Amino acid sequence: MAINSVWVFAQTTNGVPTSGTLELLTKARSLSSNVAAFIGGDGAAVAGALGGYGATKVYATGDLGGKLPGVAVAAAMKAVIDGGDTPDVIMFPQNYEGRDTVSRLSVKLDRTVLTNSIDIEDGGDGIAATTPIFGGNTLVTTSFTGSAPYLVAFRPKSFAPESSGGGAAEVVAAPVPDLGAAGGAQVTAVHVEEVSGPKLDEADVVVSGGRGLGEQAKFAMIEDLAKLLKAAPGASRAIVDAGWVPYSYQVGQTGKVVKPSVYIAAGISGATQHMVGMKGSKNIIAINKDKEAPIFGVADLGIVGDVNVVLPKLIEALKAR
Amino acid sequence: MNVIVCVKQIPDPAVPGALDGGTNTLKRDGKIVIDDSDMYGVEMALQLVDAAGGGEVSLVSMAPNNETSGLRTALAMGAVKAVLVSDPALQGSDALTTAKVLAGAVQRLGGADLIIAATESSDGYTGTVPEQIAEVLGLPSVTFAKKISIDGSTIKAERQTEAGYDEVTCPMPAVISVTAGVVEPRYPSFKGIMAAKSKPVDEVTAGDLGINPVGWAGAGQKISKVAEAEARQAGEIIEDDGEAFSKIVGFLENLKVI
Repeated sequence: MAINSVWVFAQTTNGVPTSGTLELLTKARSLSSNVAAFIGGDGAAVAGALGGYGATKVYATGDLGGKLPGVAVAAAMKAVIDGGDTPDVIMFPQNYEGRDTVSRLSVKLDRTVLTNSIDIEDGGDGIAATTPIFGGNTLVTTSFTGSAPYLVAFRPKSFAPESSGGGAAEVVAAPVPDLGAAGGAQVTAVHVEEVSGPKLDEADVVVSGGRGLGEQAKFAMIEDLAKLLKAAPGASRAIVDAGWVPYSYQVGQTGKVVKPSVYIAAGISGATQHMVGMKGSKNIIAINKDKEAPIFGVADLGIVGDVNVVLPKLIEALKAR
Repeated sequence: MNVIVCVKQIPDPAVPGALDGGTNTLKRDGKIVIDDSDMYGVEMALQLVDAAGGGEVSLVSMAPNNETSGLRTALAMGAVKAVLVSDPALQGSDALTTAKVLAGAVQRLGGADLIIAATESSDGYTGTVPEQIAEVLGLPSVTFAKKISIDGSTIKAERQTEAGYDEVTCPMPAVISVTAGVVEPRYPSFKGIMAAKSKPVDEVTAGDLGINPVGWAGAGQKISKVAEAEARQAGEIIEDDGEAFSKIVGFLENLKVI
């Protein structure tokens, strides 16, 4: 089918579009020349940046006044669609706000939604999205059978962002209609957890620890090694669930997707949940006691050994340099 | 205070997953267990009801083949009853249909002050169902909650964000999705396991809830291709002889990381 128009759910941090937004805009303009960004917030400040990646229009709700974005932006999108502008495809990032918004909108439009996608194509079966399952070993392509708009959420880093050199996008107001009871949740305070060193999903080197460390105190070794390599420390879900480190450290299906030059997995067995988040790394070093651990199946260098023996020696050797 | 927890019964994750060759749906013919992610919701519900000094925890679940083994685990933990929507026609249902079915089951129980779900299931991980249930029921929601307390008729929650967390307030009734690790799930006691065997599980079909079409017919999507991803080749694997750290140093040197 010819794709007449595509919307991208756009997000900002500190007033700048997120890299995820630019990734989706880049893909969107390969599908259609008619790309609009839809933002829960002020549009004027980012119309230039979004236009530079291919958006010709920015629908903006204006300040959400502390409402959680999902329910509010979905209602604003529905209002624009009811007003006559129906896109063929709406692209969302697979993150907190993206998931909330696409979920609410799917009910409002009575349309199915495909999530965790890494690609979208306009092929013989119509619009189809590809999703990795079983830790990325199998790729499933699913096509939409109903009518547009088609709703798809994409995993981070599915596309490489490229500037289009386009001019500023036209800003169109898309106010949030009355939400009734559904809009009852209100943000009362925002907490930013300070992270020193490079950000986990942007770092060139990532050092992650897992249950093989044995106890919470041993995570200090991961932090030390990360500091020596100018790396970001990461963690498996197991030790995040156990409360050793905050959720922001988590690499995997339910955490961050990382694609660094070097990924060091220390005491991580390589559960599907974890592998999905790090398999795209260029080089993988794994240290694990169990030589049957799945992580060795993807490692470029695998050390069968105790992390509590190998890491202290490695840290000493690096300090001595 | 009454709480309903959405529980998914999934194939034992200890067994590698496989797709049914005919339908391309996840095979469910082995052992079926409660999704680990849902244990946190059940525990949270039990603690909130306890703190409120009264009320009960009920369960809703959807499964194609009348499976109850996972529900029994949650009943053994302390939930008092369950609605199981089971229908061969449910096979192949998408997340939206699942949400409509679970919302129907919630209504069959007469609603609740709070509906709790995990942020996503461990087998399908579409991750949209809690928020879709909220929208179907016209309720407010707080997703990705890592801490919850109740103050009168208001929920106070800490909600995960990219940068940290937000403090959120929300009036009840509401839908909350909770992250893994939000509480430490209890182990069912022997007494609990015995009692769970006689707790009521109300088995209904999608039709009983007035929901049609379900399954493939209602999915709005079809699987058009299944392919193996390009496999990553394993590299050099060595046993640590006490000097393996130097291998890592050499590897990092080659990559100019150090």
